[in-house]
Amino acid sequence: MSIGHALLALLEAGPRHGYDLKRAYDIHLGADRPLHYGQVYSTLSRLLRNGLVEVAGLESGDGPDRKRYAITDAGITDVESWLAGPERPEVYLQNVLYAKVVLALLSGRDAQRVLDTQRAEHLKHMRELTKRKSDGDLVDQLICDHALFHLEADLRWLELTAARIDQLREQVRTTTEGGK
Amino acid sequence: MSTDTEPLLRATELFKAFGPTDALDTASLSVAAGETVAVMGPSGSGKSTLLHCAAGIMKPDAGSVRYDGRELTALSDGERSELRRTEFGFVFQFGQLIPELTCLENVALPLRLGGMRRKLAEAEAERWLGTFDVAEAALKRPGDVSGGQSQRVAVARALVTTPRVIFADEPTGALDSLNGELVMRLLTQSARESGAAIVLVTHEARVAAYADREVIVRDGRTQPVVLT
Repeated sequence: MSIGHALLALLEAGPRHGYDLKRAYDIHLGADRPLHYGQVYSTLSRLLRNGLVEVAGLESGDGPDRKRYAITDAGITDVESWLAGPERPEVYLQNVLYAKVVLALLSGRDAQRVLDTQRAEHLKHMRELTKRKSDGDLVDQLICDHALFHLEADLRWLELTAARIDQLREQVRTTTEGGK
Repeated sequence: MSTDTEPLLRATELFKAFGPTDALDTASLSVAAGETVAVMGPSGSGKSTLLHCAAGIMKPDAGSVRYDGRELTALSDGERSELRRTEFGFVFQFGQLIPELTCLENVALPLRLGGMRRKLAEAEAERWLGTFDVAEAALKRPGDVSGGQSQRVAVARALVTTPRVIFADEPTGALDSLNGELVMRLLTQSARESGAAIVLVTHEARVAAYADREVIVRDGRTQPVVLT
C-alpha cells in the first residue's frame, strides 16, 4: 500500500492537518493497521520535498505549530496516474503453506494433518470476517470480502492438494530416491 | 425431549451404500438447538447423503439418527414425513418450487398442508415474502422471477412453518456471489431470530463461514475436528 498516494488522494477533498489525515486514513483504509503519527509526518515531509503537497497555513497554539497541507497540481497528476495504472498481481509462488506441505512430504511427516490444521484455521478466520462483515458498514464489507476471497482461494488449493496427497507423496518419494 | 447433554439432532456412525458404492462409511453429525453447522467436502464425498439421512429423507443401512429424543430410523415412512413437515425446513440448490403455483401459494403450501385456512396461510406467506424482500414476486410463478428471487422464495417457504432444523443443500449453488450472500445472510439471520438450527451442505468456504462450525466429509467419512 502506497501511503503517500493514499494521503495525496485524501488531500484532494481539501487541505488538512496531519492528525486529520491520519484519522481519515484509519477510518477508510486502516482496517487492523492504523497509521503511526511518525509515518504520517515522514510521508508528508517527503511529499512536500517532492512538490506534491504544500503548506497551506500555520496555526499556533499551546503546543507546536500545526501545519495544514494542501495537494499541488503535480500531486493531483501523481494520484491520477497511480489510480489509472494497474497493480502487479501477487504471484504467490513462494507461499509458506506450499512450503509446509512439501517439507512434510519430504520429511515423511503427515502432510494431510498439515492441510487439515490449516483448513480449520482458515475457516475460523473466515467465520470471524463473515461476522464482522455482517455487523459492519460498506467499508467493512469491502475489506472483509477482499480477505474472504483470498482465504477461499487458499482453501480451494488446500482441498485440491488434499485430494491428490497420495500422488504427491509418491512423486516426492521417487524424486528423492532418484536424486540419491 | 432433548436434554442439555444431548444435541437436538445426532447422527451416529451412518452407513449407506448405493449398489457397490459406499456413500457413507461411519459418518457422524451432531447439531445443537439453534446451531448452524456446515457440512463440507468435495463432490461425491457423501455430504448430501449425510444430510438426507440426518433429515429422515433417506434411511441409512446402519447407524442411528436421533432427533429430540426420538430414533428416526425406527419411525414409519408416514411418521418421518410428518416430522419433516412439522419440524424441519428444506432448501435445495434448485427445482424445489412448484412451477404451476404462484410464489405466494408456494410459500403458503406447507401451512396449507398442515391444515391452516387459505387466508391465514397466505397472510403468513406474504409476511415472509416481505421479510425476504420478494413481496413483488407474490403473484408471479417461479419461472417468471430471477434465480436470486426464486431462491429467496424457497428460503421463505422453508421457514414459514418455523421449523426447529433447516436442512440446506448447496442453497447458493446456482446463484452469483451477490445473491448467494443475500440468501445466506437472510437464512442465517432468520434462523437465529427463530432459534432454528441449520445443517448447511456446501463446498464453498465463503458459504460455510456463515456457520458456527464445520464438519468435513471425505470418502463417506466425517473427519475428526482439528482444534486451532
